[in-house]
Formats: sequence, structure tokens, C-alpha cells
Amino acid sequence: MSTNGHIEKKRLENPPKSFKLKIQRRANENAPAVWETFELPYRRNLNVISALMDVRKDPVTVEGKQTTPPVWDMSCLEQVCGICTMVIDGRVRQSCSALIDDLLLASGSDTISLQPMSKFPNVRDLKVDRSKMFDHLKQVHAWIELDGSYDLGPGPHISNEVAQERYAYSRCMTCGCCLEACPQYGDDNYIGPQAIAQARLFNMHPTGKTNIDERLSGLMGDEGITNCGNAQNCVEVCPMSIPLPKAIYETNRDITVNALFGWLSK
Amino acid sequence: MASKGLKIAIVGGGLAGLAAAMKIAEAGHDVDLISVVPVKRSHSVCAQGGINGAVNTKGEGDSPAKHLDDTVYGGDFLANQPPVKRMCDMAPAIINLFDRMGVPFSRTQEGLMDFRRFGGTLHHRTAFAGASTGQQLLYALDEQVRKYEVGGKVTKYEGWEMLSLVLDDHQVCRGLIAMDLQTLELKSFKADAVIMATGGPGLIFGKSTNSMTCTGSAASAAYQQGARYANGEFIQVHPTSIPGEDKLRLMSESARGEGGRVWVPRTDGDTRDPKNIPEAERWYFLEEKYPAYGNLVPRDIATREIFQVCIEGHGVAGENQVYLDLTHIDPETLTRKLGAILEIYEMFVGDDPRHVPMRIFPGVHYSMGGLWVDFEQRTNIPGLFAAGECDYSIHGANRLGANSLVSCVYGGFIAGPSAIDYAKNVERGETETNGIHDAELRRQQEINDQIVKSEGGENQYKLHDELGKWMTDNVTVVRYNDRLKATDEKILELQERFQNISINDSNLWATQAVPHARQLWNMLQLARVITLGALNRDESRGAHYKPDFPDRDDENFLKTTVAEYTEEAPILSYEPVDISLVEPRKRDYSSKH
Repeated sequence: MSTNGHIEKKRLENPPKSFKLKIQRRANENAPAVWETFELPYRRNLNVISALMDVRKDPVTVEGKQTTPPVWDMSCLEQVCGICTMVIDGRVRQSCSALIDDLLLASGSDTISLQPMSKFPNVRDLKVDRSKMFDHLKQVHAWIELDGSYDLGPGPHISNEVAQERYAYSRCMTCGCCLEACPQYGDDNYIGPQAIAQARLFNMHPTGKTNIDERLSGLMGDEGITNCGNAQNCVEVCPMSIPLPKAIYETNRDITVNALFGWLSK
Repeated sequence: MASKGLKIAIVGGGLAGLAAAMKIAEAGHDVDLISVVPVKRSHSVCAQGGINGAVNTKGEGDSPAKHLDDTVYGGDFLANQPPVKRMCDMAPAIINLFDRMGVPFSRTQEGLMDFRRFGGTLHHRTAFAGASTGQQLLYALDEQVRKYEVGGKVTKYEGWEMLSLVLDDHQVCRGLIAMDLQTLELKSFKADAVIMATGGPGLIFGKSTNSMTCTGSAASAAYQQGARYANGEFIQVHPTSIPGEDKLRLMSESARGEGGRVWVPRTDGDTRDPKNIPEAERWYFLEEKYPAYGNLVPRDIATREIFQVCIEGHGVAGENQVYLDLTHIDPETLTRKLGAILEIYEMFVGDDPRHVPMRIFPGVHYSMGGLWVDFEQRTNIPGLFAAGECDYSIHGANRLGANSLVSCVYGGFIAGPSAIDYAKNVERGETETNGIHDAELRRQQEINDQIVKSEGGENQYKLHDELGKWMTDNVTVVRYNDRLKATDEKILELQERFQNISINDSNLWATQAVPHARQLWNMLQLARVITLGALNRDESRGAHYKPDFPDRDDENFLKTTVAEYTEEAPILSYEPVDISLVEPRKRDYSSKH
């Protein structure tokens, strides 16, 4: 997202009276995927979530068939919790920040397609189970080891520069966009960008550095960092603009340095 | 007595729940952590501006005593003061702890934590990580708790919703019943103590700044089983939110903390581009009326002023909106200090607030009221504790900005050890408790079966919309007794109509219809507590404002409202407020206090 310079937002010049949501449905993980299309009255400032809420109130398809309400995850609706991620018009993103206006404008079509993410078990309709992302965080030891949670005074001095760089990584909301877009992720041979960036986040911290070996060794095995193909799709789809390739590059460098010094010290 | 093998169940994995979980696991005990969403996605992520603590790094002579004074004064003296003092005393240590956990707080040139100003204080007391402080603090605790999860001390049940408590014949809490939101399977969780950390009830108002998980449903369930609910009528309406179709998105107070100015054109209906309206033709009404605090008056005051300006027809373009203007500040500074919240505005409205004044309006934001607790976070039900927004203890009649994060962590840090102390000494009564768990499980299953079978003509989502509209129109910024009465009648009508809902989902796998129906019923119960609490309180105090009773009335209402459930209506009683530390005085933000 642009953070500098003034962007003038484009708006639909001749807004339509209605638009369509084409939703990929699945009754459960083992059921076949089917498409259903719903027509909705157009209103300015609608996002995909409010459109889905409209459908849920009275789920009748364009063919006039009464159907079950679509199921999807949502929570904060401010693009900070990550839960409402889905594939919208072929692109993975959060549905709360996907505005109907922008989507219709970009596609030139009157129909918006919604699909669940494909790299995770599909629970039902647009809902997926991303729990393995949290397992990846365990694998890379994504926390700082404290002596205890009692009062031991402030943490180490850190320059604002380092704090800002860490902040960028720390905004990762485990939404899974980077994994969905990554051509290598999915066959269990690659941990994916999110966990690598979190390892980087803690390796950059003066206290976190203490456990750098554990983090790196978590990335050196089969389901580690090695199979990154450098496609850089991850950074393209990251809603938080996290510099994921940089994290991967620097972590790879740390692994090399670590291996070298590890070898020298033997 | 053996302290090994204690099991504490925590409901809610936001800041308060995770803070308690960390303390309990650190002490070597076991935690079952039940949360409707993966804990990392809890509503705490939405807190933007920062966390208060009188660390006093700016040479301003700030102190916990001043933090205490600002907090109880800002809360219009309705909070019991001893726990507020304890929180303010603990606040610097809490901030330091998060610093040690690796939260990327914004730093000064020396590499220390930086602090900004927030509403209701004249000190730089608010530590911040960009403008997504809640997200950053939640992640830090999420990480620490994940460590204990790996170590086997914490078991997470994510995607589970609490339906009820399990109480024994002596009304002692022995655990809870929760529902797997995927399979709709019910499970009883046996525990030596239960901590509620379930957040606020914003969804009762339909659209609010809250996450969609903030239904207050679990707290309401506890209330319906005998937990007392205190000060329910105190609902904070945040002065600056961005109206949306699905929710009201918060525009953080930090926008004003960093110099944002609120204004409307002096001429009603002035349609000029705001940049072309000269300074002299702008009405900075907060700065004019409150020279000492200006745009940083407490939220209830800013909200009423903005609301008033709009209903008198002075809103921008005659609509319910005023300008919140940052365009006089250097864009790079804005990006560094407020980037995340400016992005939200840019994303959802499409204008860049660095160059175009934002258009904002008040939105329901926070509940000062909640489950009644004593100074150790114990509810009136033995074995049941509460912490965070779902408890009533800290904020009185109005919460100050950046006090929510600190109160959540404080609540969790007290509730955790307090629950351990209780659990160490409680009689287990294992054989007796088995029967009650099964009985409660059956009772909850029957309610679910009833909902699934029900095939009436009412639509639960439309009922929810109606509830939200009535509550927003009549039980928020300005309150009148006749409208409050009418709202209570409306809620009763909605409760009747609820009996005729149809869930409209033939597929029960991962259905959201059954959970929503359960939440809606619980929201309808809490809505009465809020509405009748407001009706009964004939005064104006903090967020509770009645034009017919415009003054604070300490003689009759310097009291905590306590609601107890009965089938007919909540029974309200009043208990005195502990004002042993700061003597109540008139709240006046037009000068220093």
C-alpha cells in the first residue's frame, strides 16, 4: 500500500443497480465444490463482508433456489486479525478490505468470485483451517525467552531504526496470503515466508539473539527454508507489506554464517 | 495441600486471558484456554494508540499517583479506587515487561521507549508500537503462551465457544460447557477455577468498533447463572469512528494525541473542499470550549460535543460527520507515528488523511460495565473470576484512552494468581461434580436441539439488526427515560419473537446459525441490563448522559449499579464506591484539574 504521496481513489462512474457474488461452496471438507451465484443491490462503500452478510440474511441464488447461508470467518473487519482471508477474483486477500467498488472497477465485470484459500483444509464454504501456520511458529521458536514475567526493569536499549524494522515483521497477522501465493508451499517441504519472517523478527532482538541456534535449526530441516524458489509472490500479496524476501535472504545468510562458525568452532 | 495438578480454565484469549494464562503456566499449573477464534485473532488486536503507564521518561514529573488521579477523575469517580491505584502502580512494570518480551515499541533517539500524549491527561504517558499497539502486545503474549503450549502447560481450544458455567449445588463454579464451532459438539471442561476474559458486548449495538466476536455472550451466560453484572449502563461511545456498512472502524485517539484537530466549517452546509476553507472560517469547537485540553478532552466529552454539533446541523455537508484534520503535520512524521491507522482510513474510505481531513462520527466502542468483581478479580460466584473488558472494575463511568490495554493485562495478572490461590484451597468433590457436568451438558444440548428444530418465520439476523438499531438510537450518547422504557419493551418483544426463529441452515457442519442464535439470546438479556441500568440512573456521569438530569448526583448515584438476573427482569441494587484515595470533585476539562 502506498504510504507516501497523495493517491486519488478511482470510483465507479456509472454504478450499477446490482452486482453478483459467485461463491465456491463446499458442504464439508469431503464434499465436492459447487458454485452458487447471488445477486445483490449495489450500494457505495460495500465491502465483500457486508455483501456476504446480505446473502446470509436470505440466501436465495440467482436461479431463485433457496440455499444454505454461506459460511466464512470474520472478526476485526479492520484488516488486522487476518481471519477473513479468501481468494477474491483470483487474488488472495482479506475480504473486509475488499471493496465492491474497487473489485467491479478492476474487473470491468458485474460478478465477483469468492473462493476459499487452497493451501489449507477447507472446513466449509469459505472457511479454512490454518492451524498449521501456528505450528510453524512453534517450529521456529517464535518468542523471546524470559527469566520470568516479574518486574526486572526495562528491556535493552534499541535504536528506533531497528525497532521500526522489527515492527514491520511484527505486523504479520498469520493470515496466510504469502503461503497461498507461494508456488513452493503446500507439499510439506517448505515452511513458507511467514514463519521465516517471524524467526527474523526474534533473531534481530538483542535478547532474542540468544536463541538464534534453535530458530535456525528449526529452519534447516526438511520442512525448513531451503526450498524457497525466490518467486517473490509472497511480498506481492502481503497485506502488511512485510519485506518477506529480505527476511528469507537474511535468514539464509544467518544459516550460512552459523554453519561456518559452527564448523570452525568444532 | 498439594498445589500440583491445578487446572484453571480461561475463557477468552485476548490480552487479559493470555496474561492470566502466562501467569498460571509460569507458576507450574495447567490451563485450558477456550477461545472462539485462534487467540492471535482476538479483539485486542484492534487497540491502536497505546498503553498507559507513568514511566516518566520525559522529565514531566509524571507518577502512578497522577495516573490514578487522571483515571478516577476521567471516570467521573465511579470506580473503586484501590484497584485503580494498584493498576497504576503496576503499569510501568507491565510496560517494561512487554519491552523485554520484544514488543517493537517506538523509541527515542537514545533507544528508550517513546511516550505520547493521550486524552484526559497532560502527560506523555502512553507507550506505543506504531499505531497498532494492541496487536503488538497481544502477539507478545501469544508468543509467550505458545511457549507454554509447547511445554504442555497450556492446552488451547480455539474455535470453541462457552455456553454456560457448571455450578454445583452450592453455586460453586466447577467448570464450564463449551461448543466446538465446527462440529457443534458440546464438551464439559472440569476446572478448579474459571477465569472469564471474554471482552466487551459491542455487538448488542449492532454496528460498533468491536470485532464480530464481541457479543458479550459468555458474560451474559454467567450473569444468567447468577454472576452479578455491574455498571452495565456505562457504554463508551468513541468520538472518532469511520462509519461503514458492516462496522464502525475506529480512528484512534492517537490521531488527536499527535496533533489532530477537530473542526467543522463555520458556515453550515459549506461545500468547499476543506483545504480551501481558510483558518478563520473553521470552527475548532473543542479547542474553543476546552482551552486546556483542547482536542484531547476525555472521550465522553468529545463524543457529546461532536454529536451535538451534528444534530444542530453544523456537521460537514449537513451530515453526521466532522473533520479530524492531520494535514498540517508533516506526512513523513504521520506515517511513522500513525501509519497503521492512516492506512485503515485510506483503505476503507479511499482518501489519504495526510492530505485530506478525515470525516468521522462517534461509534460504540467499549463497555466500562461488566461482571462484578472484588479487588482480587473474584466474581460473586466462588471459583469464577473475571478480567479485562468483561469485568467492570477499573474505568468507572468513562475509560481514558490507552487505559484499556493496561487494565486488561493488570486484570489477567491479578486474576491468574488469585485463581491459583482459590484453587489450592477449594474442596475438589470429584464424585459429586461428575453428575453436575453431565446434567449441564444435557441442558445445553437441549437448548441447541430446540434451536435447530425451531421453524418459525423470524430471521435471527434481522432481529439482531433491530436490536442494534434500537440500542444505538436510544441507549448511547443521549438518553431519555421514555425512550429507554420503550427500548426495554422492544427488547422484550424481540425476546418473544426469538422463540419463532428459524436457523435457515440445513447443514449443521460448521454452521454459524446455531452459535449466532445462542449469542443473540444472550445479547437480548444483557441489552436489558444496559437499558434498565440507564433508565434507573437519573443523573449524568461520564458516558451516561441524560439531558433531563444534566448534573452528576453524588448524593444519590455515587454508587455502583449491580444487576442480578431473574426470569422477569434484572433486579438492580446499588453499592457504595470506595473513594478512600481521591476525594470526588467536579469534573471540568476547561482548565487543568
